Amino acid sequence: MGQAQALINTSPPSGTDSNDGVVIKVENLHKVYEMGDNKVHALRGISLEIHRGEFVAIMGASGSGKSTFMNLLGCLDSPSDGTYLLDNTNVALLSRIELARIRNEHVGFVFQGFNLLSRTSALENVELPLIYASMRAKERHKRSHAALEKVGLGDRIDHIPSQLSGGQQQRVAIARALVNHPSILLADEPTGNLDSRTSVEIMDIFQELNETEKLTLVIVTHEPDIADYAKRIIHFRDGHITRDQLVVNRRVASEVLASLPPAEEYQ
Amino acid sequence: MILLLTIFRVAFKALGRNKMRSILTMLGIIIGVSAVIAMVSVGQGAQQTISEAIASAGSNMLFVMPGAWNSGGVRMALGTTSHLQIDDCQAIERECPAVKYASPVVRSSCSVVYGNQNWFTNVQGYDTHFPEIRLWDVDKGTFYTEQDVATAQRVCILGKTVADNLFAGADPVGQEIRMRNMPWRVIGVLKSKGQSGVGQDQDDTVIAPYTTVQKKMLGVTFINSIMVSAISQEASSTAETEITELLRQRHHIARSEDDDFQVRNLADMAELANNSNQVMTLLLASIAFVSLIVGGIGVMNIMLVSVTERTREIGIRMAVGATGGDVQFQFLTEAVVLAVFGGILGIIIGMVTSKVISDSLGWPTLVSTTAIGAAFTFAAAIGIAAGWYPALKASRLDPIEALRYE
Repeated sequence: MGQAQALINTSPPSGTDSNDGVVIKVENLHKVYEMGDNKVHALRGISLEIHRGEFVAIMGASGSGKSTFMNLLGCLDSPSDGTYLLDNTNVALLSRIELARIRNEHVGFVFQGFNLLSRTSALENVELPLIYASMRAKERHKRSHAALEKVGLGDRIDHIPSQLSGGQQQRVAIARALVNHPSILLADEPTGNLDSRTSVEIMDIFQELNETEKLTLVIVTHEPDIADYAKRIIHFRDGHITRDQLVVNRRVASEVLASLPPAEEYQ
Repeated sequence: MILLLTIFRVAFKALGRNKMRSILTMLGIIIGVSAVIAMVSVGQGAQQTISEAIASAGSNMLFVMPGAWNSGGVRMALGTTSHLQIDDCQAIERECPAVKYASPVVRSSCSVVYGNQNWFTNVQGYDTHFPEIRLWDVDKGTFYTEQDVATAQRVCILGKTVADNLFAGADPVGQEIRMRNMPWRVIGVLKSKGQSGVGQDQDDTVIAPYTTVQKKMLGVTFINSIMVSAISQEASSTAETEITELLRQRHHIARSEDDDFQVRNLADMAELANNSNQVMTLLLASIAFVSLIVGGIGVMNIMLVSVTERTREIGIRMAVGATGGDVQFQFLTEAVVLAVFGGILGIIIGMVTSKVISDSLGWPTLVSTTAIGAAFTFAAAIGIAAGWYPALKASRLDPIEALRYE
């Protein structure tokens, strides 16, 4: 991963690079949950833009609205008010069926708990989005295999999740998120269930994807260490954005990995 | 909508992950379908046997039998005596347009002796129309003539069973046998007719001119019954009316009085037997049907459990792009696959069961394609019906809620 490191060092964090297209444009986004008579205002007017090739970390305490925001970005939920343009489509206006198609074609989601289908091979897990994209079996296999190769699991395509370590499971989940070439990859606490070395490995994959494929990444985390691998950090509190800044001393995962004691990965 | 083949693959995989549960779920459908098929095949086998027996007896046949009668205030049981006369029989043949032939029937039974062999059997006296009325020809030899009947000759025709038992393969035609200590000449052997609808050996009989049986065996002048052949099967109920009217007239029965005879129409009897059989079949089938419905409820139960248990899986599928329709279709397919496989296994087991029943109990069975088709269609319908609600429930899940479900 030495090449990736070189690239990271030479290109400055470029959240506002005007040459890149806008992938996400959010204006005055509100989300209100109604629980009986209580109204919980989870998001109170969020506005931001994310450009192609950005690597954004969203931070905030629990209850700050960051997970709600991620769900809206991932089209898993619809906002109560405001506009959300994903690839210039106003997602806020779409039906459930159209949202499913957007999730399938434009969004890759990585979860804290991996969310793989149990008793199902890595390859089949990665194939899942392609099945719902109505792709033929042969093409599905090819693309899924390639995605698993990309995350370094080309030799474990037949393993089921219980035969894989946490880090490997998360890599399968990343391969699944990537396989249909989404516009953005969203990761909700992707390292929350992993030890520190594996966490860095996952961040290494993210940085490499960001650099070599110009993949737009948004991750939610509460660990400042992890957020420092991103190019831009957005802080949430009580449904508002409190701070939006570029990372100054960006961490490079491949360098950190080199400084850590050698891997003792169980298989 | 995603590719159909893929949906089936996904459904099979999901069911394969829980083999034991899938098999147990199918068991309800298997038992239901196989019970329906076995029951219906037993019923239809019985029905076919009856209709075959009736067809072989001749479906345009009618019986006239002496009815209950009052003798000094005592109501005598049916057939204990007879006031049917030869004249009645001749009048029926002469005066009823719907009647083709009418033959008197006189019954007796006795030991038939040939050499050192003897065989106890029944003797039936008919006139010369026996072959036409009973649709029963001689196999060897000839039938007796009008002359034989008029002069009460001691000639007889043996049933196959009697011939086999007395003559053991030798040709009985032309031989002399003894009945009631009188010599009789065997002039023919009847074709084998097998069992009747009630399992009686119809070949265990001797046929002779009714006059001979009346005069030389029994010493009576009445006849036991009259066997009538209508001009066609459709005419048999007309013949029945004509005979009834004629006999009431001849027996001087007032309008207020009951008949002293009975006319039985074989077509009606066949229908009656068929009807009671159909009711029985329907009853058995409906009991089996209930178990099929119970099986369907089992499928629904498992599918509901499965939806709850797999909430997270549904969430994952939705997060990567499955629509509610995709999820609904997946669960529906699983239910239908369960039901259809259960149906196929049930059909096989039902056919085997009916074969076992017919082999071990000696009951005739008939596996009908209608029953197979109906059971299979119903199993598939149950799959859809039982899968519909759980599938709908799955499709309406909220992706975020489903993903958070523990």
